[in-house]
Amino acid sequence: MRRMTERLRQGGVFVWFSGTLLAFCLAMILCLVGFIAAKGMGYFWPSPLVQVQTPEGPVLGEITGQEPARGEETAKTQFRVGNRDIYGQDFRWLPTASLATPKCPKDALLIERLEYGPFIGRIVSLSHEGHLVATGPAAMSGALDRLPETNRVRRHIQSIEKGQVGDLNRRIERIRLARRKLETRGDIAALQALDTRTAQLQTTYDQVQTSLEQSRAEAKAWTLGLQTVDGQDKELPLGSVVRIVPANAMGLLDKLGVYLSRLWEFVADDPRESNTEGGIFPAIFGTVMMVLVMSVLVVPLGVITALYLREYARQGWLVRAVRVAVNNLAGVPSIVFGVFGLGFFVYGLGGSIDQLFFADSLPTPTYGTGGILWASLTLALLTVPVVVVATEEALGAVARSQREASLAMGATKWQTLWNVVIPSSTPGILTGLILAIARGAGEVAPLMLTGVVKLAPSMPLDGTFPFLHLDRKFMHLGFHIYDVGFQSPNSEAAKPMVFMASFLLLVVVVVLNLFALNLRRKLRARLGGSTF
Amino acid sequence: MEIEDPRPVPEPVLLQVPPPSTGLRPASLQQPDLPLTDPSVLSAPIMLQVERLNLFYGDKQALSDIHLKVARNSVMSFIGPSGCGKSTLLRCLNRMNDLIDDVRVQGRVLLGDTDIYAPETDVIALRKRAGMVFQKSNPFPKSIFENVAYGLRIQGQSDRNLLEEAVERSLKGAGLWDEVKDRLKDSAQGLSGGQQQRLCIARALAVRPEIILMDEPCSALDPIATARVEELILELKREFTIVIVTHNMQQAARVSDHTAFFWMGKLIETDLTEKMFTNPRQRMTEDYITGRFG
Ligand SMILES: Nc1ncnc2c1ncn2[C@@H]1O[C@H](COP(=O)(O)OP(=O)(O)OP(=O)(O)O)[C@@H](O)[C@H]1O
Ligand SMILES: [Mg+2]
Repeated sequence: MRRMTERLRQGGVFVWFSGTLLAFCLAMILCLVGFIAAKGMGYFWPSPLVQVQTPEGPVLGEITGQEPARGEETAKTQFRVGNRDIYGQDFRWLPTASLATPKCPKDALLIERLEYGPFIGRIVSLSHEGHLVATGPAAMSGALDRLPETNRVRRHIQSIEKGQVGDLNRRIERIRLARRKLETRGDIAALQALDTRTAQLQTTYDQVQTSLEQSRAEAKAWTLGLQTVDGQDKELPLGSVVRIVPANAMGLLDKLGVYLSRLWEFVADDPRESNTEGGIFPAIFGTVMMVLVMSVLVVPLGVITALYLREYARQGWLVRAVRVAVNNLAGVPSIVFGVFGLGFFVYGLGGSIDQLFFADSLPTPTYGTGGILWASLTLALLTVPVVVVATEEALGAVARSQREASLAMGATKWQTLWNVVIPSSTPGILTGLILAIARGAGEVAPLMLTGVVKLAPSMPLDGTFPFLHLDRKFMHLGFHIYDVGFQSPNSEAAKPMVFMASFLLLVVVVVLNLFALNLRRKLRARLGGSTF
Repeated sequence: MEIEDPRPVPEPVLLQVPPPSTGLRPASLQQPDLPLTDPSVLSAPIMLQVERLNLFYGDKQALSDIHLKVARNSVMSFIGPSGCGKSTLLRCLNRMNDLIDDVRVQGRVLLGDTDIYAPETDVIALRKRAGMVFQKSNPFPKSIFENVAYGLRIQGQSDRNLLEEAVERSLKGAGLWDEVKDRLKDSAQGLSGGQQQRLCIARALAVRPEIILMDEPCSALDPIATARVEELILELKREFTIVIVTHNMQQAARVSDHTAFFWMGKLIETDLTEKMFTNPRQRMTEDYITGRFG
């Protein structure tokens, strides 16, 4: 008993207690990240295609789930059978008991294609412009040989559609607007000049279209004859095949290759099939871009507020009230910020900007609709309290002796702030920014009202003048998770996408934070270390 | 706590001189001006003059009715027990007390011909004329060069040559040049405590002030660094006027021409340092100098 109280007095117990708790928290975080990563990353690994015999006929597919027997219910196995265009659904539950003699046929294939999800079955023939070229195993190897070329053609078509065609469309639209202005003024000469310009553009447009048609025909020339395991036939142009995965015939290295190529496609490509397939690059890009624009907006806003509150305002009940109000802003539900952003920024500010500067294109709104600028501004408002609090703390932590040294040299208050106080507080300001990024990058609700879309036709940063398009709508990982997980018609198939997008969102937040942390470390070294 | 000085000092002998015969009591402090002012100061050109200065922190009076004159190119030291108002008075001389809320100052302080508390006085310009060195060295977290150049930079000077010249001259003036000339780009916070304090002195010198105010500049330094700063003060006297606050009687005796003794916000006595230490006119001064109180 005495030893017990002695221990308590020394406090060793509490050190152990808090240490254990900390370890527990860390373990929880690791579990969370690990779980999400495992669920998401595993999805890309080619799993074996299993063929079983059921009373209704053979079934071929990947085993994606098991359910043990529970009371009346018998044990069941979930198969991903693909072929949504033929079967109407991607998944089937079969009673485990009926699955006698599972086989893994070597010639079974999983074909990723542009529409209807994957096809699972066999290749029976390959034809070129209607003429049979090969059958059986030869068709399969022929298809594998042709695939890189058709993929290249498809990419080429996509890039022309996105780049040249989009560019031409924008130019023609601009001329149309200019025409409208000139027509009201009745400037005949200028109108004629515009007409010739339009004609030129139209010719270019037609040329591009012709070459596109050619490429499309080329992509359609090769056709695959496919057969499902229960004997249904299907024709598929090779041009709409993304990847052929003979999962049962592949070695470890081949599988790794497929894995990496799928992973790369996911990170670097545009989405397909209402976001349930393909990549999520626009969402990653939109998220990063939005956070960067938000950072650029939130730092000056927060720092100036904090400077005024701490250095210039007369400390009294009013300042205290403002400070409490600013801190409480952090507690306002984020959707409320979204509503404010929609009402004030989008309709109010954006509407006025349109009327003042973009009156030509009305009633189509330019800034009077959701866009990355408004979303970032809304998030900047949402996260400004953290920056204000961190900056105020940093300003207060600058030694009084430093300020006195500067003032005694005959510096004005502003010179002292600018030359001594603010440089010493930058690490603290960056701490605020780090917290703001952590908060802002994961916020979804306010964005849904102020500029996020399910599928953005173009990025907020691209090669067309003026390169940075802050009025454009954008995609966001957080919204992508919500959309794919809960709004897509085929949410079962999109489940791995949800995990993967969550994991990527975590990665994006961590990377952005590491970036800011590194900046802060460098600044600290510069303040306390060798040179300034 | 006093710092033991390793060098032999003559003053301790003087400190044992028997109490003076005058034996004026603090009761006579009602009109302290004439009897207490050092007559020798009156004949020299005056740099700084304090008249009827009263200072209040809120309701609390920290300085009462101070009269003081400091001659050009001399060193004046302020001594007195802790809390008697030495720093407060020093900070009145470049209006650093303005930074504290709730301070009220009455009376006049003349720096040269400028009444520094006159409403039309530009505080910024004034502080350029009165440099200050603090108890704790406070270099900026910048390079040595930028520390010394700071005063000129905020005055808008950006000519590299002029800055380099001023930095070199100031560092030489502060006796630091030889130690740092090869690492002007390094952070000032890598210097030793004594070097940092001399850097702060160099920083004050760079704007060529008329008077330098030092508040216990050596209290955080070891005896060797202290000795260097003291030597420096004696050299600087040729060009500048210096007011130094110190708790170290020997230091006051070594560096200053005149000494002022304060007690409870009042100026008890001021005189030539030699006279003050050998033959103080006030009983209280003698008690303090000989260590009988305070
Ligand atoms: N900012 C302030 N607000 C209120 N009172 C103050 C302030 N600064 C100093 N005082 C008071 O004024 C008196 C004089 O203080 P001052 O700092 O001038 O003493 P000092 O002689 O420099 O003492 P030390 O030798 O300990 O430095 C003290 O009683 C102190 O408590
Ligand atoms: Mg003091």
